[in-house]
Amino acid sequence: MKAILGFAVAKLRVAWRQLTSMRTALVLLFLLAVASIPGSILPQQGVNPEKINQYFVKHPDLAPVIDKLGGFDVFRSPWFAAIYLLLFTSLIGCILPRTRDHLRALLRRVPDAPKRMERLPAHHQGRTALGAAEVAAGLRGWRTVTREQPDGTVTVAAERGFLKETGNLVFHTALIGVLVGVALGSMQGWHANRLLVQGPEQAFCTTPQQFDEYNPGTGVSASALPKYCLELTGFQASYLDNGQAKSYGATVEVSGEKTETKEFSVNHPLRLGDANVYLLGHGYAAILRYTDTNGRVQTAVVPFLPIDQQTLTSEGVATFPDANADPKTGKPDRTKQVAFSGLYVPTAPESGMAARSIYPEERNPRLVLTFYQGDLGLDQGVPSSVYQLNQKQVAAGKLKQIGEGKSLEKGGSWTLEDGSKLEFLGTRPFITVSLRHDPGEPVVLVSILFVLGGLMLTLSGKRRRVWVRLTPAGDGTNLLEVGGLPRSEYPGFAAEFAGVIAKLGITEMGDDTREPVDALR
Amino acid sequence: MNLSTLSDNLLVFAILGYLVAMILHASEYSLAGKRRAATAAAPARELVGAGGPPVAVPAEPDIPAGPDLGTRLGGWAVYATGLAVLLHLGTVATRGLAAGRMPWGNMYEFVLAVTLVGGVAWLGVMVQLPKLRLLGLPLTVVQILLLGFAGLVLYTQISPLVPALQSYWFVIHVTSVVTASGLLLVGFVPAAMFLVRNGHDDGRVRFPYTLGARLPNAEALERLTFRLHAFAFPLFTFGVAAGAVWAEAAWGRYWGWDPKETWAFISWVVYAGYLHARSTPSVNRRVVMWIAVLGFLTMLMNLFGVNFFFTGLHSYAGVS
Repeated sequence: MKAILGFAVAKLRVAWRQLTSMRTALVLLFLLAVASIPGSILPQQGVNPEKINQYFVKHPDLAPVIDKLGGFDVFRSPWFAAIYLLLFTSLIGCILPRTRDHLRALLRRVPDAPKRMERLPAHHQGRTALGAAEVAAGLRGWRTVTREQPDGTVTVAAERGFLKETGNLVFHTALIGVLVGVALGSMQGWHANRLLVQGPEQAFCTTPQQFDEYNPGTGVSASALPKYCLELTGFQASYLDNGQAKSYGATVEVSGEKTETKEFSVNHPLRLGDANVYLLGHGYAAILRYTDTNGRVQTAVVPFLPIDQQTLTSEGVATFPDANADPKTGKPDRTKQVAFSGLYVPTAPESGMAARSIYPEERNPRLVLTFYQGDLGLDQGVPSSVYQLNQKQVAAGKLKQIGEGKSLEKGGSWTLEDGSKLEFLGTRPFITVSLRHDPGEPVVLVSILFVLGGLMLTLSGKRRRVWVRLTPAGDGTNLLEVGGLPRSEYPGFAAEFAGVIAKLGITEMGDDTREPVDALR
Repeated sequence: MNLSTLSDNLLVFAILGYLVAMILHASEYSLAGKRRAATAAAPARELVGAGGPPVAVPAEPDIPAGPDLGTRLGGWAVYATGLAVLLHLGTVATRGLAAGRMPWGNMYEFVLAVTLVGGVAWLGVMVQLPKLRLLGLPLTVVQILLLGFAGLVLYTQISPLVPALQSYWFVIHVTSVVTASGLLLVGFVPAAMFLVRNGHDDGRVRFPYTLGARLPNAEALERLTFRLHAFAFPLFTFGVAAGAVWAEAAWGRYWGWDPKETWAFISWVVYAGYLHARSTPSVNRRVVMWIAVLGFLTMLMNLFGVNFFFTGLHSYAGVS
């Protein structure tokens, strides 16, 4: 039993040593880089989820396999996590013993001079009037130890550049801090998206039900959300002649404990204490009034999502599920639900196709719509986009296009084949905002500062030692021998060594004035 | 002639300047071969330092006093590079003045700025380590290729910054990334030349290695590569971190695995791998240098590949 245990411990020891070896760390680093590549090639859940659906349509055989392997969510996949967790384990296994060694080196006295200093990469001999105390004092900035030897000589050992290893350890430890901050953010943080049309009745409050998309961290409950409501009261955009946006900003009314009007824009988010609100995009919402065959009037404010950011040609769909409902019971007629699908064009060209905007501002707005009637397929319990028609219903013939499309001006109306009427009353701006709370951010930021500081210290630092041996010559002067040892890459050591020698008050040059420069460069 | 056109014209002259430098370097290179062949007969002495590595002391060349033609041409090549860098600086400066902002708002300007940093950094190397002059040949080739590509393919008219770029972080983030990229570009040259020289020293006789005979010695190349990377890596780290701070303000999150971010991460990891591999004596030096070369390839991928093939939030390239 004991033998087995001993064997297991030995094996574990070997495994640990292998994991914490630099070779393994290098392989893991390389794997981390390679594993990230699919994350940039394949559409990703957190980056462009809408493209994943397109990918499924384009590659129906391949997509499910990739999905199963986590290819659409690389950076949260188990194999990616496996690589970085192993890497960080290896990192900790490297930091711990090195911290111990470094602390020992810091506490230890600088080792005594070697017997044969001429073997050191830098070496010099001469005669000086200075004593050991003055030599040690001249080595300012160095950690020095003066030792009197039994044979009457005195050695001064000096070392500096400990910050190199300190920086190294700070850098690697701070990397763990970054990981901790990221983990904290994903557990305790949350983010949500919302499309917000201008107008008091369009305001929303921070509850999960009122977000278009809500991603709470694993440790976040809905009750922890800050409580306030946002109403878009104004939106300003300016454009260059070629349609490129010059600036845009939104004015919102924030009602929480008190009601305030605030402005925010790209790069200047609304910082509301517990959460920040970021302006991500903008567009136009059309106000449509539909009068059904029973004479019932409904008004809808329909956001059209830009499909071209440069010109704000946008697409959207207006649905009227209650259209043509039984006037007595109010029960909707599944065969006569109504939808309009099409494009909103802020500036239609004077001639030619109206379906492509030529400028993002509303200079010649047109709504180009197609009329659909039938079963919208809304009650099937399947979540579907409110910005697109349910294509399955269209394909199944349950939702049919009726007649030709029509281009409507602002204020224009369209009498449909069944006698119902659609009016385009006008537009209102909308913005898309992201609300976000990430308690890991300060941890990551501080860690990154330490990463940078440690990195600069370790890459610029140089650990080196210098020894001076003084042998009394009997006439009040000392015979002197100096040796230097750079303990890391240090092309400038020769110059520094020459500077040290210059301070030693050497009056008479020795025979061995080997130029240390070439040996070190 | 307005500033914008002046900038476009200066670019042509800058490229011509680099071209002249390249030709001069190439002439020095071909003449250096003859000189070396003449002195090859005298074996180099080796000085064995105690505890240190053996140090080669080149045998005194049996050549009359005064610099020979090749050396003189090489000197002119450096001056030509200096002139080209001045013209290059003029190109970037006039572009910035014409646009009324920092001239790195799109891919064309970015490449111009990165290569400018590369040119300046290379002149800095020349001041410190004039013996490595022959590296000017591959360096000018890289400069000409990148600038030519920028002028012919990436060129875009001056336009103001899109709202997302209107932030002081634009100056901080892009400037640091441009500087780091320029330094890494210069670092790539000795890394690649090390592989050629080292292959030549190992007795390889196929094409790229045959060029190695006249290159500076492998150890010097290796050391220069490290110094440039050790300087550029913290700067690159800072640039990425500054980008993350900016991303928080602009997009609401400091890191979102946008393709550009992903490739910056890949480059960072590869360069970190290079620095670690270099500090590990058991790793073959060729492998170390291959990692450095790979690092630069990932930078190129991030610049060209990501801008051309992927769409993401960093789509300011001005190419479509």
